[in-house]
Amino acid sequence: MTDSQRVGVVRDINGPIVTIELPGVRSGEQVKIGELGLVGEVISLSGRQAVVQTYESTDGVRPGEPAAGLGWPLSVELGPGLMGGIFDGVQRPLEKIALESGDYIRRGLTVPALDRSKEWEFVPNPELAPGKQVSHGTVLGTVQETETIVHKILVPPGIAGELEEVAPKGDYDIEATIAHVRDQRGRSQRLSLYHRWPVRKPRPYFRRDDGISPLITGQRVIDTFFPQLKGGKGAVPGPFGAGKTVVQQQIARWSNADIVIYVGCGERGNELVDVLESFPKLEDPYTGRKLMERTLLVANTSNMPVVAREASIYVGLTMAEYYRDMGYDVVMLADSTSRWAEALREVSGRLGQMPVEEGYPAYLASRLAAVYERAGRVETFDAGSGSVTLIGAVSPPGGDFSEPVTSHTKDIIETFWALSKELADARHYPSIDWVTSFSAHVHTAAEWWHKEVDRHWETRRTEALALLARDAELSRIVNLVGPEALSDAQRWQLEGASLIKEGVLQQSALDDIDTFCSPQKQFALLDLALSIYDKGMALIELGVPVTELQNMPQLARTRRCKSMYTSDQVDEIRAFSVEVANAFEAIGLEYAKQRAD
Amino acid sequence: MSIKEYRTASEARGGLIVVRDTPGVSFGDRVRITDSRGETRDGQVIRSADDEVLILVFEGTDDLDLEDIWVRFMNEPVEIALSPEILGREFNGLGEPRDGRPPVLSNIHRAVGGSAINPAARTYPREFIQTGISTIDGLNSLVRGQKLPIFSGSGLPHNRLAAQIVRQAKLIDEESSFSVVFAAMGVSYADAKFFRDEFASSGVLRNVVMFVNLADDPPVERLTLPRTALTAAEYLAYDLDRHVLVVMTDMTYYAEALREVATAKGDVPARKGYPGYLYSDLAEIYERCGRIHERHGSITMMPVVSMPSDDITHPIPDLTGYITEGQIVLSRELQNQGIYPPVHISPSLSRLMKDGIGKDFTRDDHPRVAAQLYALYARALETRNLASIIGADELSERDRRYLKFADAFDSRFVGQGESEDRSIDATLNLAWELMSMFPRDMLTRVSETELAKYHQGSD
Repeated sequence: MTDSQRVGVVRDINGPIVTIELPGVRSGEQVKIGELGLVGEVISLSGRQAVVQTYESTDGVRPGEPAAGLGWPLSVELGPGLMGGIFDGVQRPLEKIALESGDYIRRGLTVPALDRSKEWEFVPNPELAPGKQVSHGTVLGTVQETETIVHKILVPPGIAGELEEVAPKGDYDIEATIAHVRDQRGRSQRLSLYHRWPVRKPRPYFRRDDGISPLITGQRVIDTFFPQLKGGKGAVPGPFGAGKTVVQQQIARWSNADIVIYVGCGERGNELVDVLESFPKLEDPYTGRKLMERTLLVANTSNMPVVAREASIYVGLTMAEYYRDMGYDVVMLADSTSRWAEALREVSGRLGQMPVEEGYPAYLASRLAAVYERAGRVETFDAGSGSVTLIGAVSPPGGDFSEPVTSHTKDIIETFWALSKELADARHYPSIDWVTSFSAHVHTAAEWWHKEVDRHWETRRTEALALLARDAELSRIVNLVGPEALSDAQRWQLEGASLIKEGVLQQSALDDIDTFCSPQKQFALLDLALSIYDKGMALIELGVPVTELQNMPQLARTRRCKSMYTSDQVDEIRAFSVEVANAFEAIGLEYAKQRAD
Repeated sequence: MSIKEYRTASEARGGLIVVRDTPGVSFGDRVRITDSRGETRDGQVIRSADDEVLILVFEGTDDLDLEDIWVRFMNEPVEIALSPEILGREFNGLGEPRDGRPPVLSNIHRAVGGSAINPAARTYPREFIQTGISTIDGLNSLVRGQKLPIFSGSGLPHNRLAAQIVRQAKLIDEESSFSVVFAAMGVSYADAKFFRDEFASSGVLRNVVMFVNLADDPPVERLTLPRTALTAAEYLAYDLDRHVLVVMTDMTYYAEALREVATAKGDVPARKGYPGYLYSDLAEIYERCGRIHERHGSITMMPVVSMPSDDITHPIPDLTGYITEGQIVLSRELQNQGIYPPVHISPSLSRLMKDGIGKDFTRDDHPRVAAQLYALYARALETRNLASIIGADELSERDRRYLKFADAFDSRFVGQGESEDRSIDATLNLAWELMSMFPRDMLTRVSETELAKYHQGSD
């Protein structure tokens, strides 16, 4: 132990909550507990005693063992080597831990997040020369982190002054000096390829901007109906079995973000393994490289210590902000924020704090809001633009959306993809319910769609939603009095809504073609379904019986189009649309002839 | 620290005792309590402070005279002895024999608490297990390393179903090679006997380890029983390279025991009086199942959860569903129609099915057949509802077809004999036979090639 560590003593062990006596320790400071050296964080102080939440199981710890303050708050290492990695809730590299301690995680193990022995090729910024003024965000140089990610080495927050020297092009490990900066007080600061940042403190940026472009996820019900913006915040609530994880994984796979950070917070081990095993094989649809090269995992599965689960969201966010500061669009998926909130509840319960709703502490709403507020599009200090999009899964008990975590989340976020048990039970996936979901970004997204895809996007989208709403009303009538009570026009409305549901909204994550749908194909499918509906309605108004239309073979084909044509075959969908139009015209002519006879 | 006995117990309530003036006692350690008659009870330290410790007594605190007991801190965690000899034996929640035979002697001792598997060391489960039950194999397939609970209700045949799965489970091209760890918590004498007889008559007994806590045994022991059973399962899987199927019944009684103790401890309740940490606690148990890199053995888990008042949103099935990789839900309605096994497929789900079925595992058409059957059955159930309101005569011809399908599906696909072991091929062929009640263009989830190959209709 070094001189800076003060040593105290353990007084009380109550599960992960340990009371220690350690004079001078600060709130939020990292502490090592006991002979095993279990790491924890001070969460409250009272007189000479401090209450510590430990990130590891405290089995075997006894009163009287030592406790040492480390002098810094929970922080993460930020530098090249994060991409493609898998870390636990306090940023320990799980693959390295597996090498050191085998299949199970041994306690008290400290392994730094970044590999100390690996060397990176550093290319200095040609515009820099000694004597130049640099400050937070100045690009010192770059490192090619993966094939697709250029890692900018920036002057870390809090450092400004005159550049004394910058290292020449060459291979450096992350601890090597790459620059010296003389600060205002005349002290020379040594900079390396990495720095540390406390996770509970948002990283600074130059200016907060509004989101402007949609995050394309390749999922029709999301992109076309409830769009998310880069820099937005959204939630996916749903009871178990509704498909939250698949929605999140599809976004991780197919979204047009530069970097994806997937935080498995209190969820299943096997799901993370699915990502770990499949992402290195899957291709990024935008760059053609392997998905793992742009993905970073934070894994704190449900059986791992609950306090590290609370930390994992902040650890993920801090890494997301770090890449945002380099000008990247980052998507962070948190699965699930309910488990994070339960970790808060568990700790607050052990501290004997007064519970408010369903045992949750009073600060639940403010903590949730503070977490989601770390999402956003910003102008970086080097005049670039980067964003963090935060999408949190919510697991409401019993699927009840009025419970505290879901209802507080709903107040904060802008995009709400509500998953429905009924749709999931009927195997309608993604089970995003078009009645209760919403997006505050439709108008902004429309500008992009109108420019890039089709100027009728917003109208078509509204028409489709109106038809679905009409369908819900009519279905209620059918359930009361049966389909015979409906007029032909009404029955055609049901058929039209069913075409949208089966031909557009339903999308199979398991189908090789359907799993990703380009915006162009999304619009083509939507337009196809709606134009069939429109044409059929026109015929029905002329008096063509609905049964004649319902028997058209093209309807089954329309439902299959999504998995018959790839995103590159939009022209084929258009051609099919023309074929359908001709078929309708033929029926119209035939009918006119019959009437004339 | 030398092992010393203390006579300073000062409080006893609901399975807990408080002992004062103790030296530094390790959190989680084992405790032995001896009363005036010389009878001993086992306990575990669940809170340890300078001046007092809180002890969970597995045998409960009834009849304890605090003035007259000796508390001894064993200075070791709660652990069990393991050897290949455990197969064919029956133990209680602490690993002590219940079958009248001597204790297991071995120098392998493992703490029952276990620790978390490193996610980076896990392997994704993908080996299809054929259970011979159509609703599971065809629509909610089980794979090696999965945790798939049976959600049931009182009076439903979950035990018979679990026993049938134990009997029939095998990989397609292997002979049955599962070792079974059976954990019974709070079950009736009759249920425990049913399983014992079942294992004996089907000849698997020598491959089974039973851990049993009956309904009239001390409830606190139920808290450690699944952990003890899983420690044995891990030994069988990772030390002896066996594929282990863990059947745990009934997790509801486990959770009720947890609530009992939490209430005595004064923990802040969350829902229905269950403590806020119920999720983490259940996860510690369920997540011990899985597959690990470069290990031959595996742990597959089938917990039975009875839903209080058949309510799937009750905290126990609800939290279980959030941790496990799917669920098999039994329905009272099907049971009342005399259908066995009464598996209600709509709320049933297997999350790991997608990667364990299809071309290289079962049959190429399997994923799409499953999706198609689900879609048809969902629509058929809607139609059945409608028919119950307006009468079947009012339905269109198309809807009557759905009605006929629903009945055939329930009686032929869901329903099967208790000793009927259907191969996956038989299940899929039966599925096509039922799907062929519909014309080809109503089957939009399967491909056109598959329709040509398997559809048995005339058009």
